[in-house]
Amino acid sequence: MAIAVSQSQQSVRRARKNSPMYRAWQRYRRNGFAVAGLGWVILFFIIGIIGPWIAPYSYTYADFLHMHSGPSWQHLFGTDTVGYDVFSQILYSVRYALEIALGATCVSFLIGIVLGLWAGLSGGIIDMIVMRAVDFMFALPSFFFALILVVLLGKGIFPMILAIGVPGWAGYARLIRSLVLSMRNGEMVEAARALGAPQWHIARRYMFPNVVGSMVVSLAFGIPYDLTAQAGLSIVGMGLNPPMPSFGNMLAQAGANILGFPWLLYFPAGVFAITLLSFLFVADGLQEAFNPKGGM
Amino acid sequence: MPSSPLLQVEEVSKRFRVQGRELHAVEKVSFQLDAGKTMGLVGESGSGKSTLGRLVLRLLDANEGRIVFNGQDITKLSPKQMRPLRRDMQIIFQDPQASMSPRMTIGAAIEDAMAIHNIGTKAERQKRVDELLERVGLPTVVKYAFPHELSGGQLQRVGIARALSLNPKLVICDEPISALDVSIQVQVIQLLQELQKDFNLTYIFISHNLAVVEYLSDQVAVLYLGEVVAQGPAEELFATPTHPYTQVLLQSILKMPEDTDKRQALTSIQGEIPSPFNPPSGCTFHPRCPFATDVCRQKKPERKLVGSQHSVTCHLAN
Repeated sequence: MAIAVSQSQQSVRRARKNSPMYRAWQRYRRNGFAVAGLGWVILFFIIGIIGPWIAPYSYTYADFLHMHSGPSWQHLFGTDTVGYDVFSQILYSVRYALEIALGATCVSFLIGIVLGLWAGLSGGIIDMIVMRAVDFMFALPSFFFALILVVLLGKGIFPMILAIGVPGWAGYARLIRSLVLSMRNGEMVEAARALGAPQWHIARRYMFPNVVGSMVVSLAFGIPYDLTAQAGLSIVGMGLNPPMPSFGNMLAQAGANILGFPWLLYFPAGVFAITLLSFLFVADGLQEAFNPKGGM
Repeated sequence: MPSSPLLQVEEVSKRFRVQGRELHAVEKVSFQLDAGKTMGLVGESGSGKSTLGRLVLRLLDANEGRIVFNGQDITKLSPKQMRPLRRDMQIIFQDPQASMSPRMTIGAAIEDAMAIHNIGTKAERQKRVDELLERVGLPTVVKYAFPHELSGGQLQRVGIARALSLNPKLVICDEPISALDVSIQVQVIQLLQELQKDFNLTYIFISHNLAVVEYLSDQVAVLYLGEVVAQGPAEELFATPTHPYTQVLLQSILKMPEDTDKRQALTSIQGEIPSPFNPPSGCTFHPRCPFATDVCRQKKPERKLVGSQHSVTCHLAN
């Protein structure tokens, strides 16, 4: 025990100046990929905000003199078949991609948290119905739902947010329900009740801090999924209409011209792939960081 | 002048409904416990001893019976009415790590107990955390650590400190040492004894370790399938183990013989504890009882007094 005490004293000294959040950051920092990914994600968000202002050309400006030209100083990533500047197109696309992906993730999460809490807290028949609905959603590809919803709602940013977001609730509902169930019957909550803690105190001080990590991680994994879905809809022609810039539209066009003008594929696909990977690295890093048993 | 007992448990029963079937967890258990004394609850896993502890604390609601604490019937109190009473009745868990939030430091966990009841200012509570940690034999720096950074024995001391922070009268020790190393078990038991003396604590000590229960308890109740099969003062119950179940439990204790000639063969109880969903007919212990007769298989035994206060539920006792 003496060894254990001295060990805990050491860790204690660290803990004294380090808040749990700081320690989570310490754990996050150990993961190089996660840090690099975070850098790219931050850049991506910044571009999402300021992209339209730093873009050298408007997304509606077609340079007819330099159609399908390769990368040059004038057109960094080249131009496409109608003379749109690919670099500018990408800068604009980031904003719409982020708007749709973040919006859709929020919609999924909101529906999921409401249904998950409802199922987990009420149990019985309600729990059964919600869980069967979750099974149903998992049994059918959500991309298929998204397509149907786009047909019903029409094209545009807001319909796309709903089309991708609404079918995505099932995973969040299941996660939140399982968190609620494991906590509600767990010894930690029982101990808090034995101390005389009121319900809201238990929820705020005991349950929430122990579930927030899982939720953030699942959100971080959800965003790249919705980014993909958003691009996927555009690729099959159910996304934003050209000339609205979107990764999906660019990729679809690039695919059609892959033999003649490969840079049309390289740059948008490269940016998109790095972005997806970065989000996944960040999610992975968060998962490690939020595990309090992860050591230092 | 004989004061009324701190805790009276009267004919308490608890049944759980599990997928349409009824599980008899605790059946008509009664006992009384005076302040400053220790009640030992023994039995195998599944005998209902932990459920009984939770019923006393109103962490579970009894289906039948009454629990009177400090002269007040707490059986029908609302959760809100129970809250101030929780200061007086605390629990120490078998697995201290599971009973604490992994995201709260030890200090925060102990302080939160007091904060819930609005005891003192933040500074006063912090000071009290230091005192409590010292009292249970831990260095005060432990308060900055997280639960997973401590050993099982240290954590159990923290669990004790947290329970003590509210100055309880009654502490339910739910298998507080079964998850600990043998060397640590002794330390924790000594600590519990000291604290009992210092603060005049009343314990309900739940354990399957008969030797420890014998050592600590004034009163003992032996549970089998939710029913008390033997009950009485500890010395009497262990000196004259009248109920066959008490006998087999005692024989299954591992003892160090003084020399090898005195080595005794261990006897274990035959079979497993039956399913509480459909308990055996007659005396619930009859399928495993070495002395079972036809009467035992058919008729439920009544409670009989076999000593000054030692009572057993057995047909064969007289």
